[in-house]
Amino acid sequence: MAKTIYEKIWDAHMVYEPDGQDSIVYIDRHYVHEVTSPQAFEGLRLAGRSVRRPELTFATMDHNIPTTNRALPIADILSRAQVETLKRNCEEFGVECFDMHDPRNGIVHVVGPELGLTLPGMTIVCGDSHTSTHGAFGALAHGIGTSEVEHVLATQTLLQKRSKTMEVRINGVIPPGVTAKDIILAVIGRIGTSGGTGHVIEYTGEAVRRLSMEARMTICNMSIEAGARAGLISPDETTFEYLEGRPLLPKNKTRDELVEEWKQWASDPGCAYDMVVELNAEEIEPQVTWGTSPEMVTGVKGHVPVPDEIEDPDKKLACVKALEYMGLEPGIPMESIPVDVVFIGSCTNGRMEDLREAAKVFRGHKKADPVQVLVVPGSRVVKKQAEAEGLDKIFLEAGCEWREPGCSMCLAMNDDRLKPGERCAATSNRNFEGRQGKGGRTHLVSPAMAAAAAVSGHFVDVRDWVYKEA
Amino acid sequence: MKSFTTHQGLVAPLEMMNVDTDQIIPKQFLKRIERTGYGDVLFYDWRYLDDGKTPSPEFEPNAARYQGASILLAKDNFGCGSSREHAPWALSDYGFRVLIAPSFADIFYNNCFNNGLLPVILDSATVQNLFKEVRATEGYTLTVDLENQKIIKQDGAVIPFDIQPFLKQRLLNGWDQIGLTLRHEEKITEYERTRALVYSRRA
Repeated sequence: MAKTIYEKIWDAHMVYEPDGQDSIVYIDRHYVHEVTSPQAFEGLRLAGRSVRRPELTFATMDHNIPTTNRALPIADILSRAQVETLKRNCEEFGVECFDMHDPRNGIVHVVGPELGLTLPGMTIVCGDSHTSTHGAFGALAHGIGTSEVEHVLATQTLLQKRSKTMEVRINGVIPPGVTAKDIILAVIGRIGTSGGTGHVIEYTGEAVRRLSMEARMTICNMSIEAGARAGLISPDETTFEYLEGRPLLPKNKTRDELVEEWKQWASDPGCAYDMVVELNAEEIEPQVTWGTSPEMVTGVKGHVPVPDEIEDPDKKLACVKALEYMGLEPGIPMESIPVDVVFIGSCTNGRMEDLREAAKVFRGHKKADPVQVLVVPGSRVVKKQAEAEGLDKIFLEAGCEWREPGCSMCLAMNDDRLKPGERCAATSNRNFEGRQGKGGRTHLVSPAMAAAAAVSGHFVDVRDWVYKEA
Repeated sequence: MKSFTTHQGLVAPLEMMNVDTDQIIPKQFLKRIERTGYGDVLFYDWRYLDDGKTPSPEFEPNAARYQGASILLAKDNFGCGSSREHAPWALSDYGFRVLIAPSFADIFYNNCFNNGLLPVILDSATVQNLFKEVRATEGYTLTVDLENQKIIKQDGAVIPFDIQPFLKQRLLNGWDQIGLTLRHEEKITEYERTRALVYSRRA
């Protein structure tokens, strides 16, 4: 019978199905970071347990670390303690850790793929909801809580129930100026932030097949914002090409052998899903969120909604509260909204392609005068590559700040945060109240749209952008 | 983990859909390395005025009549967003034992069961009716009987609810999940010996 990639991975990782219990599923890769792991390691210590497979476990520091001078100790005592705790735990339990000074350091969901640790057919977990990113490789990857982190550390397995499957098919060809970020925001706008609850999404269709791996990661990354724990894309030649020569690929097999293994995971033709959603890429325009949930989104040519026109009482109330928090008048054009801060980075949009897109828009332009622009590469590898391509110079000449890698202003655990009332065009994934700093107002956009807003001082349609050559 | 059998408690309403875990516990409180002590900062940004101390009069659960509540009545997609288990830790540490909503986000829902917190899913109309009753009656309490999967109102009316049998057993018994899985350790070893993906072992 034709199987989906989800069903193939699920079946291949089934360790045991005890009577009347959830299934015990084997985990191939466990990523760990400083914020959601200390209590898990402490739990192991208290119970006298060890990490079952330390060689399948990799740690990085990303949420809490400064994006400014790394030569100095972290000023925030609590952040420093958490980062030091991770390092100590990794040493004690024999887990490899890419600490703040390691050349491989960066955001966990940027580092795993670029090192070749994320591979097709794997099961991958991390105490972080954006673990769905790794699904771009055809790996079943999702976020877990800290108790589950401890469970995986101790047993290399997770207790799971089989999910339902949802196919999100993006037909057609994406128009110029429209990116993976716009596609996923449009999907979330369509199905809502709980549309994928209980499901694993597989993204299919011509538009998805034409996307690069980095763009696919952007899409899978935000599956959780559609309520789905995991998002998947069947592996293909684009996947295999991306993985070519990655430093931590398995060394006991040739490339041809690996590719043969990887190919088998793709969904079979004619497989069935529990639910299907279709979008036409040609109809998607650059997206901008206007509210405090990623589903509160519209095209850049659109308008802020009018609550009185919303029938559902819960949605109406949410809209009223969101507009109040966001300080927006109902009905105004999205392009009239000014920005104070622009944040380019995060596990959603902090990779090379994202920085190249932003730099293309910035080239030969200056940011609007009062706007603060933070460009934060997703990893040290990305930072080095961007500098080799001279992108840092373009950003600096445009008046942007070029920072050290980390999660930074996506969740504002370090010093990069909005002040109350500040409005930000962000390439990250969540526009929740206070996400980027208490009272801060977030509009989610693509890197190109963020750069265009930085130059213009307000949102503009990047499809109309006048690009300047070097 | 503490077990859950039956609980009777005061109900507090939080009428807002898509309450995310950033809102349940903001990021600045995720820097601690303990599991406890998060109750005071639950719903921090909504609960307190800008000084971070004075309870906000606009946050409905702050009303005097809801103090001491242990059952939270909520709306659709409660607990969406970040996977932070600090959210159930904070709810539990504050004193909540039961959450009632039309739907919960997946990761949050799962995290509750690892912390002795019972999330009950009821249909929207029933939840909406409970909101009405809670507001109309000061000192509104409910009794939640997990064993028999029912909620009992003060007037004796019963609302049945569904729950996956395994999750129910976990809460009733307060099982240590890791201990439970390790009872099947030979199965894990066997899997690793015969089926684990070759490339998942770094050579």
